[in-house]
Amino acid sequence: MDQRIIRILQEIVGKDQVTTERADLICYSYDATQQQYLPEVVVFPADAKQISLILKMANAEKIPVFPRGAGSGFTGGSLPTRGGIVLVTSRMDRILRIDSENLVAEVEPGVVTEQFQQAVEKVGLFYPPDPASLKFSTLGGNVAECAGGPRCVKYGVTKDYILGLEVVTPQGDIIRTGGETMKGVVGYDLTKLMCGSEGTLGIITKIIIKLLPLPEARKTMLVLFDSIDGAARAVSAIIGGKIIPATLEFMDATTIDCVRKATGLQLPEAAQAVLIIEVDGEREMLERQAQKILDIVQPLGVVETRVAATPAESEDIWKVRRLVSPSLRKVNPDKFNEDICVPRSKVPEMIRAVEAIAKKHAIPIVNFGHAGDGNIHVNVMIDKKVPGQQEKADQAIEEIFAAALKLGGTMSGEHGVGITKAPYIPMELDPAAVAYMKTIKKALDPNNILNPGKVLLD
Amino acid sequence: MAKHKKLEDYREQIEQCVKCGACQAHCPVFGEHKRESIVARGKVALAHALLNDEVKLDERLVEDMSKCLMCASCFDKCPNLVPTDEIVAAARREIADQQGLSTFGKALTTVIKNPRLMNTLAKSGKAFSALLFKKVPEQSGLRLRFPLPFVSRERSIPEIAAKPFRERHPEVIPGEAGKPTVAFFTGCMINYMYPEIGDALLKILKFMGVTVLIPGDQGCCGLPAISAGDSATVEELSKRNLAALTRRTPDVILTACATCNEGIGRHFKHLEGEYAAMAEKVMDMNVFLVRHGLDKLLAELPRKAVFQRVTYHDPCHLRTQGITKEPRALLRALPGVRFVDMEGADRCCGLGGTFSVYHYDTSKLIGARKVPGIEQSGADLVATACPGCMMQLQDTINHAGLKPRVIHLLELIAHDLPA
Repeated sequence: MDQRIIRILQEIVGKDQVTTERADLICYSYDATQQQYLPEVVVFPADAKQISLILKMANAEKIPVFPRGAGSGFTGGSLPTRGGIVLVTSRMDRILRIDSENLVAEVEPGVVTEQFQQAVEKVGLFYPPDPASLKFSTLGGNVAECAGGPRCVKYGVTKDYILGLEVVTPQGDIIRTGGETMKGVVGYDLTKLMCGSEGTLGIITKIIIKLLPLPEARKTMLVLFDSIDGAARAVSAIIGGKIIPATLEFMDATTIDCVRKATGLQLPEAAQAVLIIEVDGEREMLERQAQKILDIVQPLGVVETRVAATPAESEDIWKVRRLVSPSLRKVNPDKFNEDICVPRSKVPEMIRAVEAIAKKHAIPIVNFGHAGDGNIHVNVMIDKKVPGQQEKADQAIEEIFAAALKLGGTMSGEHGVGITKAPYIPMELDPAAVAYMKTIKKALDPNNILNPGKVLLD
Repeated sequence: MAKHKKLEDYREQIEQCVKCGACQAHCPVFGEHKRESIVARGKVALAHALLNDEVKLDERLVEDMSKCLMCASCFDKCPNLVPTDEIVAAARREIADQQGLSTFGKALTTVIKNPRLMNTLAKSGKAFSALLFKKVPEQSGLRLRFPLPFVSRERSIPEIAAKPFRERHPEVIPGEAGKPTVAFFTGCMINYMYPEIGDALLKILKFMGVTVLIPGDQGCCGLPAISAGDSATVEELSKRNLAALTRRTPDVILTACATCNEGIGRHFKHLEGEYAAMAEKVMDMNVFLVRHGLDKLLAELPRKAVFQRVTYHDPCHLRTQGITKEPRALLRALPGVRFVDMEGADRCCGLGGTFSVYHYDTSKLIGARKVPGIEQSGADLVATACPGCMMQLQDTINHAGLKPRVIHLLELIAHDLPA
């Protein structure tokens, strides 16, 4: 990159906060997709003003800018696919305030999700979104990708907790969207537009978050079923019974088998599906709710139930779920984790479709995820070193998306589109909707400098 | 032979990193500086680039590879179990092979592989601490030998023992018939700086009736040399320790220092033949004492009316081996102790051996993260099971102006044991 540009960047953020060292370019060339694109320069701005200046310069010079949080995305949202500038928000990591009276908080984008959760829980408040990456992903990234997690069935996704944002527009203006109030209908809802826009419409520099009171207690149950249908019917029956658990996680037979083989965990052979159900709220309600859930699911082919009596036992139950990811690599070394989402009642149909696809291509596919909201993590397991496997996986993934869409679902519940799912956009969105989105992008970012080539192919 | 793996030998493990980023949550150094080249994922990417000739072993890369405590917290939590600490050690060996050891590395290994020099230095007391932890006085001859102002003057360090531990005791202390024979691997810090920890262990082992061997010719565990990438010294020390510790075929080789346990335990397991066999016998004292029922025995002693409030810090080299319950079981069983777990007990203290020499400021920042947990615990004493952690924790506590004193868990046990 032109030395003149480097000097301008150094002037904006300080000499130590700009790097073109090869080691750094390598370190900011990847995310969890395992694809690699080298940037030309990496910058670490400290605030919105610096970001504004960077974007103004980038616009004048027509240099692409790729915002990046923790780099934990699964779809390549932060990858510098066209060289240019990687803009890292890790220095902007302050929790600016937690307002217990109005149940709001204001944070910078680089705050790590779990650290924020712990900070609000200390004062008796609750921030529910809990993506699997919560220990390291940043809130800025969560908003940009509209992250989800196991608690969405009851509490919704990230965008449901974002009241307002400070955003630097692609042309370098600093704007505020939304506000601090629970209600607010003045103008277009730019906050919602930004949530899930994957860094293509602006760079988030402050986030105003809605909080809830922290539930007094939670109760965890592990229920083993003799069929996936039983487990899926159980999900509908529980919600039909007017109980919305905080989480309703499921694992299919292949997943259970993986965990069993990799860890030696005692799970009965007859178990073909597992539900991990957690209810939260007032302590005295939980016992009754748990019993009611067990009564509801009992006729649906329950093999065994375990109800945690202590936090340690609850932890043991969650351990079953957490062991899934590490145990998968015993199946095959390379994993393609797709996060399709279908209406709750269609989960068994979706699983059957995936099983058929796995059989057709003779590759193992492992399913687990958030049954409560129909979000299934479909893991296509291959060995990339074996010739032909990658092609099979690509074919299988396309068929999986098609199956999800046929059932009224979507090809991404929480990972976003990025670059890995961009080619499939026409399968889900009709041409007029794509054109509408492209019009928005073009109007806001006429020079196409902000995260180009993501979400919509341009 | 105690041969080391090359970086190339780790290629497959390096390629197992799926770049998920989970290590970001567990790296104490990344927690302070948040640059990708610091965290495991970045280091593994750089190691891969090095293998593929995409980067050179330049000054910058040497600096990146130096920014690792080798605490193995990332390995512990990695979904794919990529052993970053070993990969970093292998990268440091490449650096040492190609560029030679750093001046400090040279000075350190000169000392640790030469027990006679170490004894001489220890006997001159201040000179030894000056070498390792303070600026060497300009008039000192040592300055000519080890020309570096090693560590900041502000660091609190323990006094050097008047007489090293191994010189205080015979090589064989017979126990009761039918009880196991243990070889005590003292490590340098217990031998030269904290002999009272060794004394405490001896008191406990005598009480239990086991036969204790204290081979006088044992050496440094080698971990500082592993960290520095100095494979020649590691090989020399490995040979010496193997000879010293297996001469009388003990049932168990006991360590009272978490770092030494890693050095002669986990590390030796990667070597061949008799080294690996020896490593199988290495056991941390917490595990040994609990396995032989000392916690149950202590729990039966009458409770003391006056007790000390004690909290515990998990040394990384024990925590990553899953040794966390045993020390707590011992502390809970003590009649004169009210045990209280502290928040962040499993956070690294920030020492990382030579890391704290090269990066003392970062080391202090990491250490300071322990302060709220120590304060909230309300403890009179912070117990731990690693003399290195003890030194760092006491330094942290002094800087923060807190009251608690740091103590080795063995001293508490020895204190409460019936005479």
